[in-house]
Amino acid sequence: MATNHDHGHGHDHDHHEEHEQLKVLGFWIFVVTDCVLFGTLFATYAVMMNSFAGGPTGQELFQLPGVIASTFILLTSSFTSGLAVLAMNKGNVKQLIAWLAVTGLLGLSFVVLEVTEFMHLMSEGATMATSGYWSAFYTLVGTHGLHVTLGLFWMTALMMQLKRRGISAVTRRKITNFSLYWHFLDVVWIFLFTVVYLMGVM
Amino acid sequence: MWENIKDFASTFFVTGDPLIYGADVSIVLTIIAILFVLTKYKKWGWLWREWLTTVDHKRIGIMYLIASLLMLFRGGVDALLMRVQLAFPNVEFLHSDHYNAIFTTHGTIMILFMAMPMMFALFNMVVPLQLGARDVAYPFLNALSFWLFMLGAMLFNLSFVIGGSPDAGWLSYPPLSQNEFSPGPGQNFYIWGIQISGIGSLATGINFIVTILKMRAPGMKLSKMPLFSWSVLSSCIMIIFAFPILTVTLALLFLDRFAGAHFFTMDGGGNPMMYLNLIWMWGHPEVYIVVVPAFGIFSEIVATFSRKKIFGYKSMVWAMMIIAVVSFFTWAHHFFTMGTSASVIAFFAISTMIVGIPTGVKVFNWLFTMYRGRISFKQPMLWTIAFIPCFVIGGATGVMLAVAPADYQYHNSYFLVAHFHQVLIGGVVFGYLAGIYYWWPKLFGFKLDEKLGKWGFWFWNIGFYVCFMPQYALGFMGMTRRYYTYGWDRGWADLNLVSTVGAFMMGIGFIFQVWQIAYSIKHGERDTTGDPWNGRTLEWSIPSPAPFYNFAVVPQVKEMDDWWETKEAKANGTYKEQPAKLEPIHMPKNSGIPFIMANFWFLVGFGFTFGWVWMAVIGFIGVFACMWARSFQYDTDYYVPVEEVRRTEASLGRVV
Repeated sequence: MATNHDHGHGHDHDHHEEHEQLKVLGFWIFVVTDCVLFGTLFATYAVMMNSFAGGPTGQELFQLPGVIASTFILLTSSFTSGLAVLAMNKGNVKQLIAWLAVTGLLGLSFVVLEVTEFMHLMSEGATMATSGYWSAFYTLVGTHGLHVTLGLFWMTALMMQLKRRGISAVTRRKITNFSLYWHFLDVVWIFLFTVVYLMGVM
Repeated sequence: MWENIKDFASTFFVTGDPLIYGADVSIVLTIIAILFVLTKYKKWGWLWREWLTTVDHKRIGIMYLIASLLMLFRGGVDALLMRVQLAFPNVEFLHSDHYNAIFTTHGTIMILFMAMPMMFALFNMVVPLQLGARDVAYPFLNALSFWLFMLGAMLFNLSFVIGGSPDAGWLSYPPLSQNEFSPGPGQNFYIWGIQISGIGSLATGINFIVTILKMRAPGMKLSKMPLFSWSVLSSCIMIIFAFPILTVTLALLFLDRFAGAHFFTMDGGGNPMMYLNLIWMWGHPEVYIVVVPAFGIFSEIVATFSRKKIFGYKSMVWAMMIIAVVSFFTWAHHFFTMGTSASVIAFFAISTMIVGIPTGVKVFNWLFTMYRGRISFKQPMLWTIAFIPCFVIGGATGVMLAVAPADYQYHNSYFLVAHFHQVLIGGVVFGYLAGIYYWWPKLFGFKLDEKLGKWGFWFWNIGFYVCFMPQYALGFMGMTRRYYTYGWDRGWADLNLVSTVGAFMMGIGFIFQVWQIAYSIKHGERDTTGDPWNGRTLEWSIPSPAPFYNFAVVPQVKEMDDWWETKEAKANGTYKEQPAKLEPIHMPKNSGIPFIMANFWFLVGFGFTFGWVWMAVIGFIGVFACMWARSFQYDTDYYVPVEEVRRTEASLGRVV
């Protein structure tokens, strides 16, 4: 409760709870719009799937072990973000921050692996400008990576706020939204792994 | 050194056209005048506190309205310039490149920077009041949406004097919009102006869905919600599904231009046809996004000015929801002639015709509402009545275009131009003008002058038919879109001249409306009752102009058209007065972050437009810093004490 007014504290509390729930609903709708965004990128990728224009194909360049490793890392981070929410429900701030930190480190390694992969691909001559296929590849995978990166910054801000303010209606809502976002990115990645990498090397 | 500066300036600023020098001078003079007035009357603080940082939905609505009227002026001037060029054969008023730029900016501005903000103006001015709510669900986000729209629109308009305007048509089809054919910054202005304002539109969509689903006054079930709010819900559902597609499409086009990607290029495996599919998957729902709220406005106005309950409330709601769904299955009718299988064409032809059915249902409902009603012909009702024949003709020509074999004849002809102006002016513009006349007293506390309004009305209406009816004929005579000049031998001269005269009549209508607003500020009839039209819905139960907290006491809703039922009950003596108890009102605090953040977005857009990555990076850092700062803000609301509410209500002539 941030307000320091001398009247209506009970009232004040109700309003806050209501507003926080409202923000969770809004975030769900935002996730719907993000689904449409990724859906459009997937459709673009599907159209470009065979537009290699004489350049290298995914089958030639993908290295599955690295991709499988990053898949496991991301799935684990989704699990740990779930543990963070459990800690929040138990009211344990320290545990909550700790699990968020683990989630963040896993997310960071995912991003590092992705950047490494991109650099490898580019050194093999597959850049954004190589062909329609690679344009679609970098845009789809890169947009997901960008989402993960933004999630890392968001998580850092949330950990700082939790340290200062503990678990309140407001921070609870923020963690709820964050974990929704993080799980969503996981789901997108599963589609991405299937459509881009598995179908790519098939 | 001096030479370098001169070189830079000659490419940076648009040169060589007297029209543009005129614009330069008037822009500089206007800016100087604004700065002078603000400084002389010491209004800087007022501007910042009351407007730039406001999160009040009514003020945001007013700012949207002002911006959209300015854009209507700019888009209208574009239209008149085109009509002057086409008035006679072999005219050399505009150069062909300049003509391309003008039809591009006319289309883009009218749809995205005139219709959209005017629609958001009405959302903001009306929806919370109709629902009996104190505000929208996310006031901060609402302010951010507005400023993103505003700065996006400014970025787009800047292209007129800096760098050069886009000239690849209002939807920027590749390959015309690729570097090869549009090498200058014009297309980048287009991409970033729309992208930035589009993010704002998307946020508004989310905001109003949650507002409508969650902020209604107690007792107002969805089945009792006013039809305008229903239309907003329908429109917002379309926004959240359509606008992400636009975001991606523009981003991909930008990557093609900026990073050498091959999405829509002719070489490297790119596919220009994919752009057409993507842009119309957004673009076709977009025209329903702007027209459905107009249907909501007509429904409110017809009921109020016929003194009757709306006929077929449920079928109205169903019709709007069906339109929201089917509008996503029509996009390919925009390129029937570009070659695809007969079954695909059949699917899109049939779904296009199906959209006409719910629309027809609505027209009959309005007519049945008027039947045996006591109609009063005030300005909002006039525009509503004018809309019906106009839209019926527009709908009929739309079905003609949807017949695929016939479309091979009409495609890209002036028949098409006449059709879409008929539905967009007759539906959207007439609808929004009706809405503005209707709700104006609620926002500003006075009515707009009837007499000047009627002059404006008749100039607009007669001008409309004079302008667009000849264009149907010109289409049949073989005149296609985007012609910038033609010879005497074509036989199109007389009809084009008539059309130009009509366009100028509409321009005169607009001047009457501006005059009407200026006149009414001083002489307009003041609204002391809060209910100038004998309205039916909740917004008319509070004083005009509405106080910043809207409702001193949140209303308890029992019926559809609750305010009307309350008035009836009072007249019958069956009304039981509820003792009203004032409580402190929970309100959001003003914030400068939306304005500042939108300015950083502007830097991003401007930087990318000229390929100055350093500037874009600064912009992104600023945007990010604003988000970070907002995340750490916890003290974002306050309570209005009971005493202040009582004082405000008393000053508005109410006792609580």
